Amino acid sequence: MAAADELTFHEFEEATNLLAETPDAATTSRSDQPTSQGHVAVAVGSGDSYGAEDEVEEESDKAALLQEKQQQQQQQQPGFWTFSYYQSFFDVDTSQVLDRIKGSLLPRPGHNFVRHYLRNRPDLYGPFWICATLAFVLAVTGNLTLVLAQRRDPSIHYSPQFHKVTVAGISIYCYAWLVPLALWGFLRWRKGVRERVGPYTFLETVCVYGYSLFVFIPMVVLWLIPVPWLQWLFGALALGLSAAGLVFTLWPVVREDTRLVAAALLSTVVLLHALLATGCKLYFFQSLPPEHVAPPHQAASLPTNIPLSPTLPRSMAPS
Amino acid sequence: MAEAEESPGDPGTASPRPLMRDLKAVGKKFMHVLYPRKSNTLLRDWDLWGPLILCVTLALMLQRDSADSEKDGGPQFAEVFVIVWFGAVTITLNSKLLGGNISFFQSLCVLGYCILPLTVAMLICRLVLLAGPGPVNFMVRLFVVIVMFAWSIVASTAFLADSQPPNRRALAVYPVFLFYFVISWMILTFTPQ
Repeated sequence: MAAADELTFHEFEEATNLLAETPDAATTSRSDQPTSQGHVAVAVGSGDSYGAEDEVEEESDKAALLQEKQQQQQQQQPGFWTFSYYQSFFDVDTSQVLDRIKGSLLPRPGHNFVRHYLRNRPDLYGPFWICATLAFVLAVTGNLTLVLAQRRDPSIHYSPQFHKVTVAGISIYCYAWLVPLALWGFLRWRKGVRERVGPYTFLETVCVYGYSLFVFIPMVVLWLIPVPWLQWLFGALALGLSAAGLVFTLWPVVREDTRLVAAALLSTVVLLHALLATGCKLYFFQSLPPEHVAPPHQAASLPTNIPLSPTLPRSMAPS
Repeated sequence: MAEAEESPGDPGTASPRPLMRDLKAVGKKFMHVLYPRKSNTLLRDWDLWGPLILCVTLALMLQRDSADSEKDGGPQFAEVFVIVWFGAVTITLNSKLLGGNISFFQSLCVLGYCILPLTVAMLICRLVLLAGPGPVNFMVRLFVVIVMFAWSIVASTAFLADSQPPNRRALAVYPVFLFYFVISWMILTFTPQ
């Protein structure tokens, strides 16, 4: 079969590329199933020649990824107009999704999120539903702070403010899909500078961003506590975790670039993330007027038609 | 819309399906939602009339008065409609993409019918609100909404969970939870003017 020959040739080409990079590797040929093509497995030698631990891990990860890539190439990739094409992006189990979420919550310098957790199988379930949850949680908790503020100060006019759901949804989804698009485009444009580590695919970038937004969900819930310095503290913590995850993931890709480009890219990524967090805080959790004690009988009889205006001073004239 | 078996009595005649029969089918499904059992009625003879009736009722009760300003206030009729139908379609797509073996309209039917407990909660909340605002009023409404929310989740999970492989069941059920949570939130925060 001509197709089979093409596949075989391609396999050996990739194997020779990998061999060229790692001269210590030994190749074994497995032909377990006579009907399918034999795999070419590249076993990387023990890490004696490599100093850093993350280098070894990277190489072994790459070998595993190469095997998986070959397996995937042998399966026919369905066209993008078929349903099964999109089903391949939802090919995750509950335990895998939970694992990826845990990985995004605890970023470690050696563990690259894409290589370690995604393992070349990005999913769209996580990014989509984490963004949806974050948008709704933002709207609900923003509303809830207004309710709690009204309990303290009955003169505040409470309204459901349903339009905030729309704003939250649009802004979160735009951030989680347009910024990875720009990042991916930029990394591909700089591809020529790098030799060893290829850029991430678009879906992997979306995945990284989507899962990194997960830590904002508990942060937003904790923002219900109406203590300002505590809110800024939680915000800084969550932003630190999330941005650290992003930086550790992007670092292997940009470190071979020039210093200026690497620094500029990473600082832009962190800055955009900080802008998102600050924007959420300021828009959904507007600082309300400080609480003050109202006499009980007045509190009960104050009309609830005064619109909320945090800048105007409050007058205590009896109704 | 799926049709139950066409009655053999009207082959090719222009007579419409008897209204009572359709209403009875819808009512039977309401009963199945209120007392969820492991039965296939909801899945086998799906129809979208029930969800439509429920969605319109909910949206009518939730919409804000025109006196309210544009920015502040509860959802408009169209917003509730869009959330319910768009949410149900998204959950169905999610379920199918995860590899569930339930058909598109069957899933829409189940999700739509399981809004019934929350519609009942909305009715109760509106009645309770007639008594005037207050903390007791709020606690009653909160209790009713929580109970009905749990009922909706249990009812829809009873029908939908079996269609997923066990290692992905939680992934398919979580969006249902989010969907009914948002609807419950809209019901709970409803304040008449």
